[in-house]
Amino acid sequence: MTDVVVYFQVHQPFRLRRYTFFDIGTSEAYFDDGENERIVRRVAERCYVPMNKLVRRLIESHDGAFRVAYSISGTALEQMERWAPEALASFQDLARTGCVEILGETSHHSLCALSDLDEFRDQVRAQADRVENLFGRRPVTFRNTELVIDERIAAVAHELGFTAMLGEGADHLLGWRSAHHLYWPRGTPAMRLLLRDYLRSDDIAFRFSNRTWEEWPLSAERFAKWIHEAPADHACVNLFMDYETFGEHQWEETGIFRFFEGMPAAILAHERFRFRTPGEVAAEREPTIEMSIPRPVSWADAERDVTAWLGNPMQRAANEALFALLPAVRALTAAGDTAPRETWRKLSTSDHLYYMCTKWFSDGDVHKYFSPYATPHDAFIAFMNVVDDFGRRAKRAAAAIGAASTTSPTHEAT
Amino acid sequence: MLGWEFPPHISGGLGTACHGIVQALSRADVDVLFVIPRARGDEDAGRARVLGANQIPVEERTPLAPRRVRRLHAEIVDRDESIEVEVDLAEGGSTEPMSSADPEFDVGATEVVHFGRDEVRRVETRAIDSLLSPYLDARGYRERLLAAARLERRTAARASGGPTWSAGAMRQGSGEVRAAIDGLAAGPRVFVHPPASNARSSPSSSSDVGTANSTTATVVSSTAVSSTAASPTVTKPTVTKPTAASPTVASPTAPAHQSVRMWIEEADVPVPDHVTKRLLDFSGSYGGDLFGEVARYALAVESLARRESFDVIHAHDWMAVPAGVAAKRASGKKLVFHVHALEHDRSGDRPNERVRGIEQLGLDEADIVVCVSHYTKGILKRHYRVDDSKLRVVHNALTQRERREQVHAVKPLDEPIVLFLGRITAQKGPEYFLEAAVRVARVRPDVKFVVAGSGDRLGSTIELAAKLGLARNTHFTGFLAGADVERMYAMADVYVMPSVSEPFGIAPLEAMALDVPVIVSRQSGVSEVLRSALKVDYWDVQGIAEKILAVLAYPELSRTLQDEGKVEALAMRWDAPAAKLKDAYTSLAGVP
Repeated sequence: MTDVVVYFQVHQPFRLRRYTFFDIGTSEAYFDDGENERIVRRVAERCYVPMNKLVRRLIESHDGAFRVAYSISGTALEQMERWAPEALASFQDLARTGCVEILGETSHHSLCALSDLDEFRDQVRAQADRVENLFGRRPVTFRNTELVIDERIAAVAHELGFTAMLGEGADHLLGWRSAHHLYWPRGTPAMRLLLRDYLRSDDIAFRFSNRTWEEWPLSAERFAKWIHEAPADHACVNLFMDYETFGEHQWEETGIFRFFEGMPAAILAHERFRFRTPGEVAAEREPTIEMSIPRPVSWADAERDVTAWLGNPMQRAANEALFALLPAVRALTAAGDTAPRETWRKLSTSDHLYYMCTKWFSDGDVHKYFSPYATPHDAFIAFMNVVDDFGRRAKRAAAAIGAASTTSPTHEAT
Repeated sequence: MLGWEFPPHISGGLGTACHGIVQALSRADVDVLFVIPRARGDEDAGRARVLGANQIPVEERTPLAPRRVRRLHAEIVDRDESIEVEVDLAEGGSTEPMSSADPEFDVGATEVVHFGRDEVRRVETRAIDSLLSPYLDARGYRERLLAAARLERRTAARASGGPTWSAGAMRQGSGEVRAAIDGLAAGPRVFVHPPASNARSSPSSSSDVGTANSTTATVVSSTAVSSTAASPTVTKPTVTKPTAASPTVASPTAPAHQSVRMWIEEADVPVPDHVTKRLLDFSGSYGGDLFGEVARYALAVESLARRESFDVIHAHDWMAVPAGVAAKRASGKKLVFHVHALEHDRSGDRPNERVRGIEQLGLDEADIVVCVSHYTKGILKRHYRVDDSKLRVVHNALTQRERREQVHAVKPLDEPIVLFLGRITAQKGPEYFLEAAVRVARVRPDVKFVVAGSGDRLGSTIELAAKLGLARNTHFTGFLAGADVERMYAMADVYVMPSVSEPFGIAPLEAMALDVPVIVSRQSGVSEVLRSALKVDYWDVQGIAEKILAVLAYPELSRTLQDEGKVEALAMRWDAPAAKLKDAYTSLAGVP
């Protein structure tokens, strides 16, 4: 048997408002609540609610043979709680079917695994608590922000109780090997590593609505035929993508919902294939071989590395400026003031760095599509102004409570 | 290619762009002849040719009235023979008197006879009827008499062999011609018309020479009046008039006496235009007589278009429009109008109607309108009603000269410098720069603002700086050129171009090539193509200030803008725009 693993990422960042130099010292209103509410409502209406309904129907019509996994960032959960509770309820509804696995990740869709492992542990635990609280089960599969993984992150994830994790089936990672096998990350043999089949995943996520693509329009049957080409000894075909592929990135008019509706039946038409969630695959199968991941790998851009977030001096400076405030935030948290920590964590969301990306000529257009800013420089300016103001306030408050806010940063350098 | 500027003498934005275009087109194997108003010979054109309109001879054509010609017809009654003599009633033709090649025969002659202006002006006559001539003394007369006798003998000896020539020169007054004609009409004289091929003189002299031994006889022959007439005007080669006294009768069978009928008719012969060539005078600048210069430029280019061979006409900006349209009409070739700047940009809602009208002419007459930005394209569609199908956007780029490496300049001042560099005109928005400066200065009193350039708003801009309390923070450099521009850029921490309406705006690219972070107004064409630049609406002075402060506050922002900006600016070569122009030419000229 070959398992087909479908995982959807659900995420919304807290976007910043146009916070200018003149706002520094005068305003604490960093986030554009109006815009954030507008977007999460729109996405809920176009994607979350109708797609959840469809998935629910597919699970029922296939009598449990269709199974999917979701990872829902803590920021998305908070936005749905505040502005789209019906969407959150429909996710909870899905989780109750028993055919849906909710994965673990950082609470704020951050890349703090690359900068501060203590903060990383805190955010992962916080998210696990929240998932358990909302969906009734503590997650066993970990997916780090933007599928950023390396051996160190895998080890920490294992230490935090996860038995499986997701990664990108990047060419430079796999070499001649296939993403259709189960691996373990070097140094953490107990961890099961599922790697994304980027060809088949991107057929749906990127190419589906592209009319210049020679396979357009793609039918569920044709797609299933490609899946069925996997040899019998292949363990799993991992289809990982953003949930917003359905209805938001690709509108309903493209036929994406109809395609998805037909896909499970088309794949299950071949008796050698079945649907499994990542946790199920990890529990049922033995890994084939060790995977060496010395440097961080992600699912973004052609490079499949972290340069989409930390590639240019602005991004690195913004990241450093943020983590330099962590000691003060921790001091305040220790003193019982947790509000600064929440603000800091919303600023740690990877999207803020992504907006500053200047990789223009290959993937810049994709970045631009997702950015609320006209230019990456504008993104940097707004972020730095906010961090400047937030830092002044946090340091002042930390000094006021007598905490050692002047101690050097304790975060682990990478 | 027609343009008003070409480096090194005039090299504003237009000249710089033309330079880049010409060089890149040359690299793309397009032959370019660039016509500027005034060439000085040291234009850096590479493989292209640069020609000054001041070097083009302009033909001035004066249409002339048709030439009135009087034709004398003589017909011998009862015989099928006639003579026709054309007499020109107007000026022209050769005035070169014919002279005898053989002095021996210099008895009678072909002569140009001058008359009064309103009468027959010139007639070529061969008359041998008298041995008298002015300044002749007795001895001379005796010699002539002897010569005539010899001639007569010889003529008699040749009578059987064919007609005989004789020639002589004499001046005659109109009265004498009339007398000759009268004499002709009276009859009894000998006329000999040799065949036209026997003409011994220039082709213009068509040959008829009569000979007579009578002292009173007049031989009238025809001659072509126009120096260009190749064929004789004699319709019939022979007319004979018998005479009893002469042995040189062409037709021995002719009766001794015959009557001749004569008449004169007048006719109009068309005359080519009178053409003179001269060079026109050009200042080659935007001086006082700009419209006159534009008109003279058009004259010169039209003249050039008549004699040069080319496939397409490419005119830059309104100054070249009349020339482009004239060239199009003279040659029938297609016209590309390249819009670098519009009156709308310069003057907004109060345009110079004359310039506006010329621009509209160019837009209407052009087969393709090239605009330097989508911004300009929008203005053309909105305010000039240009059809979308004619419009092509071709962005500007940087030429080699501007892409030179930065000489590491010293920064003599510790204070951060915010730079405005350009013409101080309403179009460039200097007042928005100062309004933003006020807001920056409130937060960062250490910042210096430099306004470099000159223009009609310089005075009022200085006054505004003083009024805003910026006198101590703001420096005005006046007009900068050459290395000073480079030095100024190198000193700056950020360059601001708050243009109100900028079709393209090459200056930010120059700044970026010299490692200066730039802030540009969104009302500029260059903002469409720039990625490593901060963009803001010109009226958003608060936004300009924020961005200035951000660049000064965050070194990584400044560094990213510098590093990536330089790469971006240096990558903007003229080859891509030139390829687009070549495509446009090809589509118009129909050449593969």
